[in-house]
Amino acid sequence: MREGLKSAPAWGAAWRDAAPGPAYDVVIVGGGGHGLACAYYLAKNHGIRNVAVIEKGWIGGGNSGRNTTVVRSNYYYPASARLYDFSVDLYEKLHSELNYNIMFSQRGMITLAHSRHDMEAAVKWVGAMNANGVATRMLTRADIARAVPFLDMSADARYPVLGGFAQEKAGTARHDAVVWGYARAADRLGVDIIQNCAVTGFMRSADGAIAGVETTRGTIACGRVGLAVAGSSTTLADLAGFRLPVSSYALQAFVSEPIKPVIDTVVLSLATGMYVSQSDKGGLVVGGGLDHYLSYAQRGNLPVAGNVLGALAEQFPALARVRLLRQWAGIVDVVADSSPILGRTPVPGLFINCGWGTGGFKAIPAGGTLLAHHIATGDPHPLAAPFSLDRFSTGALIDEAGASGIAH
Amino acid sequence: MNLRSQPLRSQPHRLPTGGLIDRDRPLRFTFAGRRYTGYAGDTLASALLANGVRVLGRSFKYHRPRGLLGAGAEEPNVLVTVGEGAWAVPNLRATEVPLYDGLVAAPVNCWPGVGFDIGAINNVFSRFLSAGFYYKTFMWPDWHLFEGFIRKAAGLGKVENLPDPHRYETCFAHCDVLVIGGGPAGIAAARAAARSGARVLLVEQDAVLGGRLNHDDAMIDGLGAPAWIRSAERELAQAPETRILRNTAAVGYFDHNLVALLERVEWDPARLATPGQAACRFWQVRAGRVILATGAIERPLVFGGNDRPGVMLASALRQYVNRYGVAPGRRAVIFTNNDDAYTTAFCLADAGVEVAALVDARKAPEDLAAQLRGRGIALHDMSVICDTRGYKGLKAVRLRDASGRMGWIDCDLLGMSGGANPTAHLFCQSGGRLRYDEEQALLRPGPAVQAMEVAGGANGTLALGPALEEAHAAAMRALEGMGQMPAAIPAPRAQASRTATITPLWSVAGGKSKAFVDFQNDVTLADIGQAHRENFVSVEHLKRYTTLGMAPDQGKTSGVNALAIMASLSGQSIDATGTTTYRFPFTPVPLGALRGSATGPLFRPVRRMPGHACHAALGAVFEEYGGWQRPSCYLRPGETPHAAEQREAAQVRRAVGLFEGSPLGKIEVKGPDAARFLDLVYANTLSTLKVGRCRYGLMLNEQGVIIDDGVAARLGEDHFLVGTTSAGADRIAAWLEEWLQCEWVDLDVVIAPVTAQWGVLTLSGPQARAVLARAGTDIPIDAAAFPHMSVRDGYVADIPARVMRVSFTGEMSFEINVPADRVDALYQALMAAGADMGIVPVGVEAWMILRTEKGYLHIGVDTDGTTNPLDVGWARVLGKKVDFIGKRSLLRPADQAPDRLQLVGLEAMDGPDHLPVGSHLRLAGRGDGSDGYVSSSVFSPTLGRGVALAMIHGGHKRLGEAVTILCAAGERPARIVELASYDPSGERLND
Amino acid sequence: MLRLSCPFCGPRDEREFHCGGQSHIQRPGPAEAVSDASWGSYLFDRINPRGHHAERWHHSFGCGRWFNVLRDTTTHHILAVYAMTEPVPDMVQSDSVA
Repeated sequence: MREGLKSAPAWGAAWRDAAPGPAYDVVIVGGGGHGLACAYYLAKNHGIRNVAVIEKGWIGGGNSGRNTTVVRSNYYYPASARLYDFSVDLYEKLHSELNYNIMFSQRGMITLAHSRHDMEAAVKWVGAMNANGVATRMLTRADIARAVPFLDMSADARYPVLGGFAQEKAGTARHDAVVWGYARAADRLGVDIIQNCAVTGFMRSADGAIAGVETTRGTIACGRVGLAVAGSSTTLADLAGFRLPVSSYALQAFVSEPIKPVIDTVVLSLATGMYVSQSDKGGLVVGGGLDHYLSYAQRGNLPVAGNVLGALAEQFPALARVRLLRQWAGIVDVVADSSPILGRTPVPGLFINCGWGTGGFKAIPAGGTLLAHHIATGDPHPLAAPFSLDRFSTGALIDEAGASGIAH
Repeated sequence: MNLRSQPLRSQPHRLPTGGLIDRDRPLRFTFAGRRYTGYAGDTLASALLANGVRVLGRSFKYHRPRGLLGAGAEEPNVLVTVGEGAWAVPNLRATEVPLYDGLVAAPVNCWPGVGFDIGAINNVFSRFLSAGFYYKTFMWPDWHLFEGFIRKAAGLGKVENLPDPHRYETCFAHCDVLVIGGGPAGIAAARAAARSGARVLLVEQDAVLGGRLNHDDAMIDGLGAPAWIRSAERELAQAPETRILRNTAAVGYFDHNLVALLERVEWDPARLATPGQAACRFWQVRAGRVILATGAIERPLVFGGNDRPGVMLASALRQYVNRYGVAPGRRAVIFTNNDDAYTTAFCLADAGVEVAALVDARKAPEDLAAQLRGRGIALHDMSVICDTRGYKGLKAVRLRDASGRMGWIDCDLLGMSGGANPTAHLFCQSGGRLRYDEEQALLRPGPAVQAMEVAGGANGTLALGPALEEAHAAAMRALEGMGQMPAAIPAPRAQASRTATITPLWSVAGGKSKAFVDFQNDVTLADIGQAHRENFVSVEHLKRYTTLGMAPDQGKTSGVNALAIMASLSGQSIDATGTTTYRFPFTPVPLGALRGSATGPLFRPVRRMPGHACHAALGAVFEEYGGWQRPSCYLRPGETPHAAEQREAAQVRRAVGLFEGSPLGKIEVKGPDAARFLDLVYANTLSTLKVGRCRYGLMLNEQGVIIDDGVAARLGEDHFLVGTTSAGADRIAAWLEEWLQCEWVDLDVVIAPVTAQWGVLTLSGPQARAVLARAGTDIPIDAAAFPHMSVRDGYVADIPARVMRVSFTGEMSFEINVPADRVDALYQALMAAGADMGIVPVGVEAWMILRTEKGYLHIGVDTDGTTNPLDVGWARVLGKKVDFIGKRSLLRPADQAPDRLQLVGLEAMDGPDHLPVGSHLRLAGRGDGSDGYVSSSVFSPTLGRGVALAMIHGGHKRLGEAVTILCAAGERPARIVELASYDPSGERLND
Repeated sequence: MLRLSCPFCGPRDEREFHCGGQSHIQRPGPAEAVSDASWGSYLFDRINPRGHHAERWHHSFGCGRWFNVLRDTTTHHILAVYAMTEPVPDMVQSDSVA
């Protein structure tokens, strides 16, 4: 701590504001967490340092800075569990990896079961997770009452709590810090971070492979391109001439006024889909379901806000008096099987990382590592292989929502 | 204690006259444990100021003593908890809390008290607490070690763990013209629209209309401000289609002119305790046109020590003097960069407050300078205040003139004015963008993107006369936009005033004390400089890195200053630096208000079956199944639920049970193409079904996944009754409609969901036929006349009924459909008829035991959102010739993969105990991972052992294989068996 | 919250409706004649435009009818409402407030 305090006043620019160079080995499109992490791992794991990250706005201005900061790996299928657990493991070491406090707080996540059916499903999920090596455990009513004292545990509650399960190593992290930490670390390894630079087209060589990108700040030649542009994945795929099975929806999030600590974990209700945690500043950070129609407008719609926040007021009766401070929305990539799409595209040299739905933040270190691996080696990382684009014609979907009934 | 006997001097800062307060109604209140009095018409803030209480809170990060900065929604410093016990509400702005008798308030975020606060130690260490300090510190060995301390220190008010007793209501309204803001512009717009006959809703966040006219008198249409407001109010009250909502803030602007309002109805717990008394109403208003007349909020100036108690917004001082009759200090200095603050100097002097100096960063306008001289107020123009002194209250300000000479001026009050910020939050929420107006040094709305007009201060039109004209014109445009004829009436005219000027002054350097930009989150000028050095230059980075504008006030006073300071540091224009997007809500909204009064059973209302009362009378234990309250079992005295479930299931096998299945979906499908349509929507064939017969079928989605199952009955050549699961009733009806209306539009079919019209009581068991006969029916019910899987219409117990012989239990069953309002009568009749045949009421859990014994599929339990018909043993659908929904997906390699999860039976090998549902399992020879799971499992009272169904990888080819069940308590051996454990040949069905 | 004009009932709040997603999707068939790739494309690929989107809506808490809406996905402005059986109306790429 003394070291940290001593060094605090001396810090200079967190990253250089680079102008686009004429050519790079690799261009990463998208200066969010996934794109910056990919650039960092390209440099660090694969020694590829002639890399540019181009961002149409400001780094971290998309979903990396608009999420509810939950990090967890309580997934059902082995492929998903391995992927997200790998990410949580990377998160655990990220502060020392980046020398930046991303405030990863492993306060645990509790999923509430409200009916017999929920309880049976919870046993099934916990069994699957433990079989997949993701430690979770069933909770009794008493466990939950102790861990979440503000929750309505009464028998006549609209959604009585019968039990639940917990992943103890889940938690939250400071979302902006993850972006800035990767940006700073990538910058130190020589990566150019270019803001306010939007892609307008892709240059192709005679054999159809990627030769560079056209941007609002000129053309940039490169041999390989990685796309990590949640919310704009199909827009860029259209520019590159291929289709993605991705639709864009607004996902709202909410924060209350700061209050003294009332919730020391992340709580998700299976009955209402509402989840809540409390930030270190004291605000209740709340999320729930997607808005109901396609949207690129980064603002939410009132009925969904009422459903989510009404559920919080109903399930935590003392918190009805707490006041909503701010609502915001991110545009998320929704995929039919609610699993990401990772790896090569129909365009040679163009690789993609998209389709994380509502849960991309938790996957940033993994998403960056896997995309960097594929770009650098030309082969998918074993963890990424099941998430290839061709699963939508073979039918080998990894349908987390289908298996769990929870939209991940 | 008699309040009236208290001497007036208990309010030492109350002016002898003036203000919109009722001096005949003294009110007693408590703040931080001390008792005070104020008057009706006061806010908590004005009453505290009248009592000379200056330190009213502590700041968020450094815990610095703070007093009032403003007088309204913009107040960043004084957040209080109002009320006690369950009625306590934290984080309220004292400027927005109306005083009531007995009010109890306490400051937030300080311990043990505002006077001495342990957290102020942060102020001493503040050089380590600069912007972004968290990111660089507290890393070793683990953030979580520090987090607990930081979390306790952070947060503002405390919430007690007591259910919130406030009542919140939800209201909806529609209007032609919604006028937001009841100041002069809003009144002018509302009046013009109302006179033209439009339906007008005027909302004002204050308790009274008038806005700034309540503290800045003016002549309008020849009337003084109070008279003009009264006349307008009278006129609006008489307009037939016009309504005024006071104490109501417009908080949200959504798509298609939906505006959310928060109305504060009542504050006093003594009255809130009355049943039905609302505290707040959350309104959703759909407006043809919106006129935004929300005025402007004054900007603070940024200089050293600008946060000390006693440093306030200049316009707020006029409010305290003129509106509340309070002298906010004894000796004042005014610091400004514009003309408006001169009015404050005059106002204070006229009220008897000594004004030691007016400091103008510009060359003072000559006419205003002359007026100062006339009142004997010293003018220091081309000068600034660069620092202040006084820890718990302002003692002096440090003047620096153009030549750099410094000097201290003693004072206990500093009124500052940096210009105006148009209150354009709702404009931003509507999707509009702000533009920087160089001349007036303010951000004002650009073009509207929704059906909205902006007028007055909100549009940067600050002078009264032009604001009134603009508002009037806005109303005319709004009416024309809706095709309504505006009345030919003149705009209100105000006495002409001089044109006000401003010279931007974004910050003053050179003070030793911290210069605050964001008072609520303790963000200083130095923090912005640091953010700039670290490349957090865009406004989005700036706010995230420094937390500027993220506090409950959402940057109402800080946003523009911060933007301009960053713009000057980075050499960019203000427009290029960008404005942050203001978001819903404008002021904080209680979560309870977003829920409304629909709480408890009305929150997502519970659904009850037609026979609910019958079940309750028989001791039913209700649980929610698929959104319905249904009996899980019927408890007899001393019985456990498990024993009751076992008893009920056994009795069905032995004699007969009565089960209510009303939630089962029922959809009539009728028309010449009905059979063709059902062949398309079922995975199996329905067109070959004979009239009067029933068939079980599976429905898939286009991905080949089973989405529902049920029995379809053919009532006529062109007429089917499609049965669905309870949970699927609404979903499948909508699904069928979608295919008919959107894909197969040429099919001549109509569908009608009739689930709620029919109630369903099912008699099941060997005695079912005898009970039915005893109850009386005109339907021939012998096995030959009414075989299994057929349907008949007739009467049962003199009630018109449609009876189906279908079974989910494996026993002979009669599913009796009657009009929903006859369920009660039929229930009584059947129970009476079966009384001496051993009839028992049967709950859902016993029903599940029976179907599991038979290996019958339960959609959503044995299947999930990935299960296809092949997985449950329906490979035969691949042979169906005609197309059906989902067929093509079943031809994909992954859908036919041999190792898919397939439904099989499971038998424990280590004893009669049933296997836990949800347990995963492993095939022989496998050391890790999961090869499947137990999907259904019950203890069978009839077989005296557990029976189970499971989804197992490649299970269909593994009949007889051993598996290991991974139970929480340890591993158990089991083996794969046929689905049906009881009566596999189905003999009992065909009796 | 959107305000949609049901062609059968008139303007109503979004709460009464359910959005069924992209309209005018051609269902390929017969099943045996469709390739895995084009079936996958039918199932999963959507145009997902940033701008005008023809989509179908159901007046689920009203008349129960489906109809088409042309809506801008960036502004949420409604450009046209038309029958299920009608083609997408020709619209210039400019917004109009419904």
